[in-house]
Amino acid sequence: MGYMLEGSTGAWEIVVGLEVHAQVISESKLFSGASATYGGAPNAHVSFIDAGFPGMLPVINRECVAQAVRTGLGLNAQINLHSRFDRKNYFYADLPNGYQISQFAHPIVGTGTVEIELQDGTIKHIGITRLHLEQDAGKSMHDQHPAKSVIDLNRAGVGLMEIVSEPDIRSPEEAGAYLRKIRQIVRYLGTCDGNMEEGSMRADVNVSVRKPGEEFRTRCEIKNVNSVRFVMHAVEAEAQRQIEVWESGGTVTQETRLYDPARGETRSMRSKEDAHDYRYFPEPDLLPLVLDENWVADLKAKLPELPDDKRKRFCAQYGITFYDAGVLTADQLTADFYETVAKNRDARLSCNWITGDFFAALNRKSATIETSPVSAAALGELIDLITDQTINGRIAKDVFEDMVETGKMPAAIVEEKGLRQVTDTGAIDAAVAAILAANPDKVAEYKSGKDKLFGFFVGQVMKAMQGKGNPALVNEVIKKQLS
Amino acid sequence: MSLTDLTIAEASAKLRAREISAVELTTAHNEAVAALNPRLNAYITTTPEQALEQAKAADASIAAGTATPLTGIPLAIKDLFCTEGVRTTAASKILDPFIPPYESTVTAQLKAAGAVFLGKANLDEFAMGSSNITSGYGPVENPWKRNGSDAKLVPGGSSGGSAAAVAARIAMGATGTDTGGSIRQPAAFTGLTGIKPTYGRCSRYGIIAFASSLDQAGPLARTTEDCAILLQAMSGFDPRDSTSAERHVPDFRAAISRGVKGRRIGIPAEYRMDGISAEIDALWQQGITWLRKAGAEIIDISLPHTKYGLPVYYIVAPAEASSNLARYDGVRFGARVDGEDLIDMYERTRAAGFGAEVKRRIMIGTYVLSAGYYDAYYLKAQKIRALILRDFTEAFGKVDAILTPATPSAAFGLGEKMDDPVTMYLNDVFTVPSNLAGIPAMSVPAGLSSEGLPLGLQIIGRHFDEETVFSVAAAIERAANFTTKPAIIAGAK
Amino acid sequence: MVLPAQKPKANLMSLDSAAIRRIAKLARIRVDDSEVATLQSELNAILGYVEQLNEVDVTGIEPLSGGAQMAMRLRDDAVTDGNIANQILANAPDRSDNFFAVPKVVE
Repeated sequence: MGYMLEGSTGAWEIVVGLEVHAQVISESKLFSGASATYGGAPNAHVSFIDAGFPGMLPVINRECVAQAVRTGLGLNAQINLHSRFDRKNYFYADLPNGYQISQFAHPIVGTGTVEIELQDGTIKHIGITRLHLEQDAGKSMHDQHPAKSVIDLNRAGVGLMEIVSEPDIRSPEEAGAYLRKIRQIVRYLGTCDGNMEEGSMRADVNVSVRKPGEEFRTRCEIKNVNSVRFVMHAVEAEAQRQIEVWESGGTVTQETRLYDPARGETRSMRSKEDAHDYRYFPEPDLLPLVLDENWVADLKAKLPELPDDKRKRFCAQYGITFYDAGVLTADQLTADFYETVAKNRDARLSCNWITGDFFAALNRKSATIETSPVSAAALGELIDLITDQTINGRIAKDVFEDMVETGKMPAAIVEEKGLRQVTDTGAIDAAVAAILAANPDKVAEYKSGKDKLFGFFVGQVMKAMQGKGNPALVNEVIKKQLS
Repeated sequence: MSLTDLTIAEASAKLRAREISAVELTTAHNEAVAALNPRLNAYITTTPEQALEQAKAADASIAAGTATPLTGIPLAIKDLFCTEGVRTTAASKILDPFIPPYESTVTAQLKAAGAVFLGKANLDEFAMGSSNITSGYGPVENPWKRNGSDAKLVPGGSSGGSAAAVAARIAMGATGTDTGGSIRQPAAFTGLTGIKPTYGRCSRYGIIAFASSLDQAGPLARTTEDCAILLQAMSGFDPRDSTSAERHVPDFRAAISRGVKGRRIGIPAEYRMDGISAEIDALWQQGITWLRKAGAEIIDISLPHTKYGLPVYYIVAPAEASSNLARYDGVRFGARVDGEDLIDMYERTRAAGFGAEVKRRIMIGTYVLSAGYYDAYYLKAQKIRALILRDFTEAFGKVDAILTPATPSAAFGLGEKMDDPVTMYLNDVFTVPSNLAGIPAMSVPAGLSSEGLPLGLQIIGRHFDEETVFSVAAAIERAANFTTKPAIIAGAK
Repeated sequence: MVLPAQKPKANLMSLDSAAIRRIAKLARIRVDDSEVATLQSELNAILGYVEQLNEVDVTGIEPLSGGAQMAMRLRDDAVTDGNIANQILANAPDRSDNFFAVPKVVE
């Protein structure tokens, strides 16, 4: 049995489909030569085409098409060599033409599939219905002026990929996992930066509920949810709302809603009575989009390694766990960082250091891989020092902290602070003997069966040796002297 | 001969021979405009100072030996072409204050060729009409009059102002646009030649859109040669228009003298409609005789779906227009009427700014695209459109060009044909099919009606074969020897 | 062939006044009560005229969109436009600094 919500009349299943709007990474916009970069002074990234001036015409950007194809390939989806643009007609202040150029009947990408992994390790496949290209709208702001709303068209016309999932999602967790997966794929491919806070990726969440075994019931659409967390909450909140409606004898009406994070609930969007009559028809200012097979094959050949493939390869190539491989391949930069460190080094040791101390340090310093105080080269050098026994693991941790604070290379720190590991058996013999001599009662207790005290002796010896004792040797000598 | 009576070809020769100067030529036209435009209302905006500046530059170009056939030639520009820094209204109150910050490709090319712009010619609002009476800036008077009558006649539309200006000799040539006949019909009503080229031949960048899959720019002039000169400069691939054809532009002017020996001319049975006047039919027969005498072979053909052209047009064109005109909302340009909220503002702005015909077409267009009606109307119309194209494709397997009347009647009076919208639409019955098929078609004056009004014949050709269209039209022109001038004309005493 | 008839035929897809208002709303054009009747008869005349298209058998016919039926040309990805905020705003009926201003929208 999957995820269920308990209502007063029994268990309910949640049915979710996500429509993800991902802004295409490109220099210029989908149909105009204005900049597609985020930010910019108001209305600076706007051409007459974007502003819908009389007589202006759209001209399509090849790179946006390529990005859509790459993304489609990353979703294991069918690339449609023939596709077409349509006009979606409606009036809104941020839509200069009074229509959005989109793809309705013949999208550039068809069906595909995406693998998600849940907390408990289950793998599930979520179907992709389609991906199409369309224009983003401008931004209207309602709080800049008491009596007016103001409009900035910088975003109007930026390319969007709308990725539509099949209604295969059955829980808030799955919704979150799916969204994270899509984000990971587009970031890997460099087709979208997946930045939900800045709005370069948004999700419309379609939610309905049903009793297990039933046909689908009416769904509602929650628009423009801009974080994974909110998507998961919105699914839960909306499902609860719908269950209450059904159980109180009412009917869920199809409508568009917004998620209010402050209240943790969804609410109906105002107006838009006939907003759904978009009067789609083929865009007469554009010709059919026909892709050359060889061009698509070339894009496929040059596609970066996808996260799932990279994860499997890491397991096979580096002998690390599937879980760890998942952590390391969460994003491309981390994966690259790992491979740089692990190259010609102990792969598992590299993995442990990165997923452990390194990530902890980044967290502490509110840094990212890109702003990391410790470079891959530096970390690699640290691991070399451990591997060749120059320092032990305990000392290495201290050296690492020093690296984080000072940005210095580990070898230099070891020299400066004289942290070289002591492997001289004579010195260890002496240190062990001294500790055993100083703790006769504990020695006696140990010999009479209190095995746990072994750790105490190890700790004391290491303390006496300022941590520099080679742990393996220390253990060996203590064992010998206690026997 | 007064300067305003010259053809473009004649004027160009005189300019280059330094017999006249561009400044003289433009001054004569500025004066003619000032004298006659208050009556004819052919221009919405006149630009005499700018024209003089352009004329001076033209004289410099002529002196430097860099002149083209259009250098120094004064033209009227249909007020649907965006001209940078010069008010462009589409004859609509909703664009009354609009000053484009960019230039259309077609007018940019004409400017680059050294042409002089006398002003922005009047038209039916947003190019929707066949009489110029839907203009927000008043109707245009046809410089032609019925024998012994003072009644004001329409010049046709939508390029009514362009036609009236050229016919009255207050411009030497003009740009127009043709979506359902808007160059050819007014040309026929005013004794001019006018050609709608193949769809994609001229760029639509900067032309205020009416129906995107049908609109095409083209010239109106007093001779086929002048039309060829103008079309040459107006044509060409433009990367800023995705529907622009990447095709070499042939020498249209050279086609004028080519003749029609051995050419096969199709006469479509379906254009012989009951209800068309006998004299138009007679003129058509006359045209057939002329072409036969000039060595052409006359072949009967059938274009079975002809009669469906108009109803198809009156679904497709309004549908596209309803979407193209959605941008006129008072937000970024044009006139605005304030409202209580955004929607109220939209509704009041558009109600006040659009005239009745435009509103009708937007509403029809909105309806035929709306949920539940798309398949029955728009989709069906586009399928029948495919059949209309197929008719032409099959016909062009047997013939090289098609000859038909241009219009079902001569110019009618201001205030006539107003019973209902459909009566007005029937003016375009002969012209619309070639827009739907995207093929070139030209109107050439061939004779006079019994009331002394010009009547035109239409020549339709294959895609991108304007050359054959020009050669056939020129043959008719030579045979017809149409030299009658309208009653209202520059320099007339 | 007969010149197409001008009188509106009785047809199933006639518009009533509610439909006129709905269309006007979709088209964002304010229509006063006094205008509805006129619009109704005019639009119905046009719809009556186009009804004749039902005579045509279009089985198996693909719809035609534009004249030339070529495939679309793709543009290089480069920033070649923009940075003209003043020109973009020069024709604005209402402007607030470098923004377009409209009556306040409540979502």
